[in-house]
Amino acid sequence: MGEHRYKWIGTRPNRPDGADKVTGRARFGADFNMPGQLVGKVLRSPHAHAIIKSIDVSKAAALPGVKAIVTSKDFPEQPNQIVSAGEMLVNLRDITRNVMAREKALYDGHAVAAVAATTEAIAKEALGLIKVDYQVLPHVIDVEAAMKDDAPILHDHIRTEGVEPKPTKPSNIAKRIAFAKGDIEAGFKKAELVVERTFHTAPVHQGYIEPHAVLASAAEDGQVQVWCTTQGQFTVRGFCSRLLNLETSHIRVTPSEIGGGFGGKTVVYLEPVAIRLSQKTGKPVKMVMSREEVFRASGPTSGGMVKVRLGATRDGRLVAADCTAALQAGAFPGSPVGQGCMCSFACYDVDHIRVIGYDVVSNRPKVAAYRAPGAPILAWGVESAMDILAQELGIDPIDLRLKNAAKKGTKTHYGPTFNTIGFEECLQAAKNSDHWKSPLKPGFARGIAAGFWFNIGGDSSAAAHVGEDGTVTIISGNPDIGGSRASLAMMAAEELGIDYTKVRPIVADTSSIGFNFLTGGSRVTFATGLAVVEAARDVVRELKKRAAKIWEVEPDAVVWENGEAKPASTNVGQQEPLSLAKLAAMAGKTGGPINGHGQLNAQGAGPGFGVHIVDLKVDRDTGIVVVDRFTAVQDVGTAVHPSYVEGQLQGGAVQGIGWAVNEEYIYSAKGKLENPGFLDYRMPVASDLPRIETILVEVANPMHPYGVRGVGEVPIVPPMAAIGNAVARATGVRMLDLPMSPPRLSAAMDAARPKMAAE
Amino acid sequence: MQDIQYAAPKTIDEAVALVAGANGSGRILAGGTDLLVQMRSGMLSPGLIVDVKKIGELTRISEEGGGFVIGAAVSGAQIGEHARLPKAWPGVVEAINLIGSKQIQGRASAGGNLCNASPAADSVPALIAAGAIVVVQGPKGRREMPVEKFHAGPGRSNLTPGEIVVGLKLPPRAAGSADAYLRLIPRTEMDIAVVGCGVSLTLQNGKCTAARVGLGAVAPTPLLVEEAGKALVGTTLDEAALGKAAAACRAACKPIDDKRGTIAYRTKIAGVLLQRAAKIAADRAKG
Repeated sequence: MGEHRYKWIGTRPNRPDGADKVTGRARFGADFNMPGQLVGKVLRSPHAHAIIKSIDVSKAAALPGVKAIVTSKDFPEQPNQIVSAGEMLVNLRDITRNVMAREKALYDGHAVAAVAATTEAIAKEALGLIKVDYQVLPHVIDVEAAMKDDAPILHDHIRTEGVEPKPTKPSNIAKRIAFAKGDIEAGFKKAELVVERTFHTAPVHQGYIEPHAVLASAAEDGQVQVWCTTQGQFTVRGFCSRLLNLETSHIRVTPSEIGGGFGGKTVVYLEPVAIRLSQKTGKPVKMVMSREEVFRASGPTSGGMVKVRLGATRDGRLVAADCTAALQAGAFPGSPVGQGCMCSFACYDVDHIRVIGYDVVSNRPKVAAYRAPGAPILAWGVESAMDILAQELGIDPIDLRLKNAAKKGTKTHYGPTFNTIGFEECLQAAKNSDHWKSPLKPGFARGIAAGFWFNIGGDSSAAAHVGEDGTVTIISGNPDIGGSRASLAMMAAEELGIDYTKVRPIVADTSSIGFNFLTGGSRVTFATGLAVVEAARDVVRELKKRAAKIWEVEPDAVVWENGEAKPASTNVGQQEPLSLAKLAAMAGKTGGPINGHGQLNAQGAGPGFGVHIVDLKVDRDTGIVVVDRFTAVQDVGTAVHPSYVEGQLQGGAVQGIGWAVNEEYIYSAKGKLENPGFLDYRMPVASDLPRIETILVEVANPMHPYGVRGVGEVPIVPPMAAIGNAVARATGVRMLDLPMSPPRLSAAMDAARPKMAAE
Repeated sequence: MQDIQYAAPKTIDEAVALVAGANGSGRILAGGTDLLVQMRSGMLSPGLIVDVKKIGELTRISEEGGGFVIGAAVSGAQIGEHARLPKAWPGVVEAINLIGSKQIQGRASAGGNLCNASPAADSVPALIAAGAIVVVQGPKGRREMPVEKFHAGPGRSNLTPGEIVVGLKLPPRAAGSADAYLRLIPRTEMDIAVVGCGVSLTLQNGKCTAARVGLGAVAPTPLLVEEAGKALVGTTLDEAALGKAAAACRAACKPIDDKRGTIAYRTKIAGVLLQRAAKIAADRAKG
């Protein structure tokens, strides 16, 4: 930190997309329209679990203005085959059923049919005329209930994987996974103190402000164009290709500006339906979800149960760490339980670890990725248990973590050995922070917690096109959800040695740039950044060639410095440097257009660690938590654009605060979602929050030329436990279940009062 | 599909005639902050919308014999900025000003909040505590009723067909009087009351000589809790009196478990808010 080796990296220029966003010119998912377009609407199941005996669309089809109706019969059956979608894995057989229910409706809000009509009013009226004959089945919402032997079974074909001998009976437990390091029982034998608790978290929605929206146009020659809000236009193309049996080159997907995704826009809901309706009608079809539909039918992250057992010596050394987690997958298998289990104890260097996870289906919308999928659920348990341990041992909670911190060379329980990581640096930075050193205000208490996320790399393509005036367009294929265009342009400017304002980054459609895996896993600035660096270096190679041609020397007699070609040494002769602008102007005479390309599978994503500190008070009468001060400390590798890195930390912390204190899905006894809106699904509002302070720790990732690590996900991992730990210290009541909403916290304090008075 | 007719009459008589002639499909539009949301969500599809913002009596605040009459369509922002009303009725005004965000305040009216008939309406417990009177006009003429008699159940009022709310009367204030309204929401803004509590009282020489308590969101309709008021009268608002009044509030609660709160929590909070609101009102009464 501090030393500025770079001209652009580490500075805070304006974002290229900023002006369009503040003036309203930016186009989001619902802003795309075509002449003659139809309006598509989805009919959704009112039942949590029901056999679809028949669907009669005849009355709806007869309504004037209705142009097409689709049901599951319009989508080909898919194989029972797993493909990756962001940080999640999805099964094609399941995803076609999630897009349009087939044999059964599996949750309140599950799509069962869709209509395209000339107006929204006609489309809505038509939905009311579709007659679905349901046979309502018993349903199950919660994860532990779904695991019971007598629970209603969602899928008759599911036999729990990872269990020997292979079960013969169907189960809602889709999978059991296990990780181990050392010998867990031997570890606990060395323990002088054991802490054991069972924790729960509620499923929470990503809460992106922009609902899912798509415009699809299928032409007579089979070509399909799609405009939609997504975290991955190539993912949309891939899914639509598979689900509709279309060749990828026949689908062109253009991503809109995106009003938030946080992982929730890594899958498809409306896109295949809109394409199918467009194919049937020959007209463009536009579909936009209402907020209610977003809540009822798009994927939240799992809720879960986490049982944690920690063993330590009296001096605070962890000797054994054991946990069992069961995560809700929603209606189809595929919760992030694997990632959660891997993250569980990743912060700590412990000899004996065992982690067991269960992936459990229940009658809720299929979960989707949400910032560090799975990790926050496990961290709620593990980091709360660490705080209990610190309290019982009488050790400062930061010191306890420092004593056990993972570092370079630590072998994780899930396999890899850490390269250079910055967890100890984060803990030290937290300890040295103004926040940690400041005395508490009267009536307030302080909590801390840590968090880990892997971050990923993956497939990226980028191009750098030099214009005839020497300005450069950087073309990549990742929707920009966190300021990535600015960061990519800054890296290109740094490589090319030209001004940031001479570099214009764009996000291209699927036919205009090579494949890019989606925006997720905190991978874009790292992986697509590498592709951009490659593309810029490709341009520089070409520029050196052109200068060499002009000077009639060998290309390696030319160097590129500060945006100019210069002779490598005086031996080459006295030559006036040639700027990028000059070389661009002469390109036609030296070999034609100058473009660069980068395409790669990025390896070596640097894991991220964070430590959060919170000061809060609890209203003893009402159970309301008032957060007064919050600091997020994180190893960010290199902060390419510090403002956007800080924004990621602040945003993650805020979502974590919501997860901790208020957010939850409330289901009726019949399995109907009762709070599908922002009024009663209580995300924090601005007045609930203090300014989130950030401390950027920069431990460079050795696997990236600028030391970049992903930063977007770690910050949602620690907040829940940081708040729970502060609540425990403020009230003497240890909350084990999220959310710590006013009614729950109030009831817990009331229940503890007689006991505390007696003590 | 049904066409929607829109009318903006200039007199109360015209408005009443329009509503009465619409056979139950007429809806009054004041600020529209409930009506339009309900129409968009598909809860309501009125055949006729009668905009009452062109009617003088409904859009002004007048002062009569030391009291006030708030026209049914006067916005929260106008009420909050009135020269004398916030000083005389700080609890009523703070309750009305809690309805929605700043932007909503520019439109939303106390009359609309009343007619929407939500058990959790913020203005109503404060109006009940204040002893406000609802002025109603219909095909059979004008009548008045206390605010606490206005509601029949969630979303339902005791207006007869064709009747509309004209205004809200707030009585003259005795010296040493003040009111306060508190609500509990899990967040700090943009939420609906889990419990709302209005307290209006008069202090003379340190003793409470009159007190009324209104509670919201704890029963199918907002409640006047007479026992709570009685528990305060004749006392110095000491802890014992406040505790008794809080117990009366808890006893009056008939809440439900729903997405906004549990029976146990709402009942407990009714008592907590009573004590806090009474203290604020007393501090205000003392000046």
